[in-house]
Amino acid sequence: MLELRDVHTFLGESYILQGVSLRVSDGELVSLLGRNGVGKTTTIRSIIGFSPPRKGSILFKNTDVARLSPSRIARMGIGLVPQGRRVFPDLSVKENLIIGARGKGWNLERVFKQFPRLKEREKQKAGTLSGGEQQMLAIARALMTNPQLLLMDEPSEGLAPLIVKEIGQVLSELKQEGFAILLVEQNLSLAVGLADRAYVMNKGSIVFEGTPDILLHDEETKKQYLGV
Amino acid sequence: MSDTLGFYGIQFLNGMAYSLLLFLLAMGLSLIFGMMDVMNLAHGSLYMIGAYVGLFFLGWTGQFWIAVVLVPIAVGIIGIIMEASLLRPLYRRGHLDQVLLTFGLSFVFMDMVKWIWGADIRSLPAPPGLAKSAIIFGRSFPEYRLFVIVIGLILALALWAFLERTRLGAVIRAGVADKEMVSGLGINITLVFTLVFGLGAALAGLSGIIAGPVLGLYPGMDFETLIITLIVVVVGGLGTLKGSFWGAILIGQAQTFGKVLVPDFALLIVFVIMAIVLLARPSGLFGKEAA
Repeated sequence: MLELRDVHTFLGESYILQGVSLRVSDGELVSLLGRNGVGKTTTIRSIIGFSPPRKGSILFKNTDVARLSPSRIARMGIGLVPQGRRVFPDLSVKENLIIGARGKGWNLERVFKQFPRLKEREKQKAGTLSGGEQQMLAIARALMTNPQLLLMDEPSEGLAPLIVKEIGQVLSELKQEGFAILLVEQNLSLAVGLADRAYVMNKGSIVFEGTPDILLHDEETKKQYLGV
Repeated sequence: MSDTLGFYGIQFLNGMAYSLLLFLLAMGLSLIFGMMDVMNLAHGSLYMIGAYVGLFFLGWTGQFWIAVVLVPIAVGIIGIIMEASLLRPLYRRGHLDQVLLTFGLSFVFMDMVKWIWGADIRSLPAPPGLAKSAIIFGRSFPEYRLFVIVIGLILALALWAFLERTRLGAVIRAGVADKEMVSGLGINITLVFTLVFGLGAALAGLSGIIAGPVLGLYPGMDFETLIITLIVVVVGGLGTLKGSFWGAILIGQAQTFGKVLVPDFALLIVFVIMAIVLLARPSGLFGKEAA
């Protein structure tokens, strides 16, 4: 589904991604872990085209998308749930959902069934929602574009433990639906609890690749790169 | 006593006509800046071009109403060409490059107008059906200005409905807040930019021809209008219809009453209002606090 090959990305003059290679197969949930500032979000931004790589290729469904515009990449079937949620605060919940809507499968009705809280707040401005509700809205907004791959950048960020559990529940349901998911997380238990495979990043490169089981028993990697 | 009422009533109507013209201009400028981050200093030129092209269409067809329909289309197309060919390559550069480009263009447009139509003041006759005066507040008031008020209110309502009640309108408002995220949802933001710029240009052109019979046509009308419009946008706040509307009413009325009550200080009053608003609310009356 998705494969990054030796991706190098600069932000301004800073050399952020220094040769990242990773892969997400059909229906797979892959976690990308690492401390703050190691390039996880830049990896997501490179895939969606916000920060195109200077070198390397990003294959999505066997097409190199590394030089395409974000809108074309998204239209190929990538749904973005960005860091910080980035819902449109002055738009109503419903407007947030419909502006990117396309394709068959996920529509307003189905999204509202999955997230009843959003249905209750349909006409409310997104900026007035709680953090957890905004996160659900960001996920629902991505689903409305009917993607095959979801990029999720720290969906648990800044949320209370109970809400994080809810997000975990949603993630596992999406996985069952057959979505391929690339999940960036700081929350280790959320990230490895659901993942089929995990990558750990440090200083712009991948330093670990393996199953969650191996990662959980790799004390050295956990201590050095995850701070646990 | 009733005469005083008549005086203020008439000036209020004059102010409304002027304010609604300013609103059409400010709405375009504010959307373009709010969404695309482009300060279009040629916005006043598009207004001037609207008036002169209107003069041309009027001479050609002899029908004011046909000219009113053709002008926004023509100026909208000019705007779309301007955005797609000249501005688009500059989005990745800083504001300074865009300001230089659009300011330079405004001189080009000014010289073109002088070259084609000359530097003299020209007038655009009001359409025959609206050339008379009505009696309001016991005084005579040109019917055409009433028409300007009515058409301005209708357009304000139509713009509101477009922005608040359609999907494309929601996309535009989302783009003002976070254009990158909009593109990440698969929306072709480049195309939306072009449309918004074209719409802003069409509105500027339309206000040019509508203003023609009231304010006259002369090279220099572009810069005068640009400055007042910029003030309206600053006072009202960027990227919102509400801001442009109330900003235009406030500045339009202040300038109209200033001109008749204290003619020497009319422009000063406008700047004082801007200064007070900026001190109290740096992002304008209805603007979002900078993130």
